[in-house]
Amino acid sequence: MKKTVWSMCGMCSVRCPIKVEVENGRVEWIEGNPHILKGALCAKGSAGVALIEDDERPQQPLIRKGGRGAGRWEPVSWYTALDYIGEKLNKIIAQYGAKSVMMSCRGGPWADFFKTFIHGLGSPNFTNHDSACGRNVHHASLSIYGLGRKDLIYDIKNAKHLVLFGRNILESLRIAEANQVLDMLDAGGRLTYVDVRQTMTGIKATRFFQVRPGTDYALALGLINAIIKREAYDKEFIERYVTGFDELVEFIQPYTLEWAAKECEIKLKPLQMFVEELAGDRPRVIFHPGWMLSRYNDSFYASRSLHILNVLMGNIEVKGGQLFPKGAADCGVKGIRNLSSLITQKPTDKRADGVGWKYKHFDKGPGLFHLFYDAMETGEPYPLKALICYRHDPFNCFPDPAAQKRALDKMELLVSVDTHYSEFGWYSDVILPESAYLERESPIALQKGLKPRLIVRQRAVEPKFDTKPSWWIFKQLADRLGIGQYFPYNTIEELWAWQLEPTGYKIEDFNAKGFVELTDKPIMYDRNNLDGKFKTPSGKIELVSTVLTEAGLPSFKPYVSPIKPPEGMFRLVFGRSAVNAHGHTINNPLLHELLPYNTLWINKREASKLGINDGDWVDVSSQPQVTTGTMRAKVTDFIHPDAVYMIHGFGRQIPLQTRAYHAGMADQKLQIGLLKEMDPAGGGLCLCEAFVEVRRSPKNPKRSVEL
Amino acid sequence: MNKYMIYLNSKRCIGCHGCEVHCKTNKKLPVGPILCEISHEPLKAVRGIPKTEFQFRSCYHCEDPYCVPVCPTGAMQKRQDGIVFVDQEKCIGCMACAGACPWGIPQYNPETGKAIKCDYCMDRVDAGLKPACVTKCATHALKFVTIQEI
Repeated sequence: MKKTVWSMCGMCSVRCPIKVEVENGRVEWIEGNPHILKGALCAKGSAGVALIEDDERPQQPLIRKGGRGAGRWEPVSWYTALDYIGEKLNKIIAQYGAKSVMMSCRGGPWADFFKTFIHGLGSPNFTNHDSACGRNVHHASLSIYGLGRKDLIYDIKNAKHLVLFGRNILESLRIAEANQVLDMLDAGGRLTYVDVRQTMTGIKATRFFQVRPGTDYALALGLINAIIKREAYDKEFIERYVTGFDELVEFIQPYTLEWAAKECEIKLKPLQMFVEELAGDRPRVIFHPGWMLSRYNDSFYASRSLHILNVLMGNIEVKGGQLFPKGAADCGVKGIRNLSSLITQKPTDKRADGVGWKYKHFDKGPGLFHLFYDAMETGEPYPLKALICYRHDPFNCFPDPAAQKRALDKMELLVSVDTHYSEFGWYSDVILPESAYLERESPIALQKGLKPRLIVRQRAVEPKFDTKPSWWIFKQLADRLGIGQYFPYNTIEELWAWQLEPTGYKIEDFNAKGFVELTDKPIMYDRNNLDGKFKTPSGKIELVSTVLTEAGLPSFKPYVSPIKPPEGMFRLVFGRSAVNAHGHTINNPLLHELLPYNTLWINKREASKLGINDGDWVDVSSQPQVTTGTMRAKVTDFIHPDAVYMIHGFGRQIPLQTRAYHAGMADQKLQIGLLKEMDPAGGGLCLCEAFVEVRRSPKNPKRSVEL
Repeated sequence: MNKYMIYLNSKRCIGCHGCEVHCKTNKKLPVGPILCEISHEPLKAVRGIPKTEFQFRSCYHCEDPYCVPVCPTGAMQKRQDGIVFVDQEKCIGCMACAGACPWGIPQYNPETGKAIKCDYCMDRVDAGLKPACVTKCATHALKFVTIQEI
């Protein structure tokens, strides 16, 4: 029996729309939705079939038998596992209150589902991974526009010039976005790339600046200075929509282009030519404000500066610039119903991470996960006793897992709900295995854009093992915790129907293309009447932010030069490859075949000083020296001498993942002490503020005397 | 006369290696054999920008292939339209084809114990579709070209 199933990829968090061909209960073919992606898919997307077949993933619920992390598990039935969690949680709630339970999810289109669960339970402590990812960008965006980082989208295809500060857009690989970049280049657009090393994105650039690590902010300031001096900004737009411009002009005076070139260790002339290009390409210039920008201790201000450059370009709601993503209301139709609408009384307790009361300038939404570790350790403002992580692996995501474990040891219950063994799951008390994305459905979600659409993930094949979809797992837990009323369904069809009811659509309407478009034509706002669109306290684009000022934080932070690495040490930077989605695909057989381990990129001159040749084993040690590991060196001209680089996600330590086990090294395990280093204004962690020592390893063979 | 070829627009290729996995999953290959490959030159600075070009290689589908006559069972064949393919029914996995090929293109499939190679996904081509690598290329950099005589 053959059938076509419309679904959404789940190999990474981009969630590309896909078309799946199934025959006799087996996936025969996966391609990008032809109506949206014209078939395009990445290596990870095709390797989804290997994920289903992979038996090195949890195959039924597991309850820990030995000590945490010892890897001794008792396989149990779903009802045993759910009853166990239910009883434990009910006991914890009776003793410490619902607020002692926290829940982390991976964000994205279904976050509402998990928020409903924890808020329904009566706990305010909903969180996600974002303080190790986009929080600085998000808060920077909020401080300027009053809009979150996803409340503006980029019309890259029609841009004349795309400027990327370390945003490795072609290896992060959102298929639709990558094609926009290449279409822009094909149409003669320019791409300027700034990074401490060369990347797949940088090789496509028309201009490339290899800067000293940690100087992005300096470069952005120099550009603001030059653009203002040259009067290459949109005066009318600034007059109409922007406050704080005069303060910016005053602040920016010392930060000349000449100064920036020196500080970033790049040549002045190309920088001047770059400014000329910007002046000519405006307003169709996009400065990408960053995606994962939890890097340096001034990344929040670097992102703010990139947003300011966008404002100077006047690129908002223009073709080839930044656009407002449109929702159901813009199309004059009703949106889907979300579970959170059933929560009539939000939890009144203050958040344990301090967001909203101690830190008033941060978005309360998911708060900041890393700050919960303080609360766990100190019991302040109140004790935390249980943590449920849905598809989030804090040990892979946040620095210094050993420090995290010390805090988590104060918790009575750790639950991991995931499709694979996560490092956190391996340390937790219960693993609830979720079915792989091809084996499960997901609720309907709205994808905003110029042409907003409703999207859905449908089940392609039956689960290979005794795994369950999250909509079922959390409904079951909710019933056991007395909050079943927030999950008013028994089957996914009932949930879909409930969600779709206000829209008038039926799930069958997704059969033709896999999605439902809420409009035929792209919707643009009138750029001359954007009043009310900016959600800052003043309703204007605020270069001097009311929120930051009230929190006693500067809107313009004087630049502080990053410290040079001490002798023999390097700044550790990390990034990603197009064939892996951080840690969770490393053990996939077909992806492992493409990239079995990561290497340490090191500058050729520095390597020669240390006697390191390409391919040598090197010992990499954290500072202070608590973690040391060995990996292969990749000696290259194309990384700044101050930095060493590795792909994130490797160095996994779960014995049941035989391919990934101890393959390569994990950058986060070398980031000692960084769990508490947060940008106080942006809330992002400073993950590139770690130095490591690199030595040629004694493991390099001199001789081998075996028979 | 060969009718088809696969062309890579290096300008659009982002080295994501998707094509390799698209191919493998379409042919249901285990870890081991890889029927098409993206490779690139070491980076070289061009006007200050480290650059490289990408190459795509699968099988050349030679006009006069060495792998065909050397096959003892007649499994390796060349079609009228130029596609060189292995008839899996007839293949005995002796891998003489790989030895005869100057580039070692035919691969051993450890699961079936037989030779396997790029056949431009001829079942798809015959159904009016394009090879897997081309159909799903992440950036539409690969093109399936029908060669026309002038």
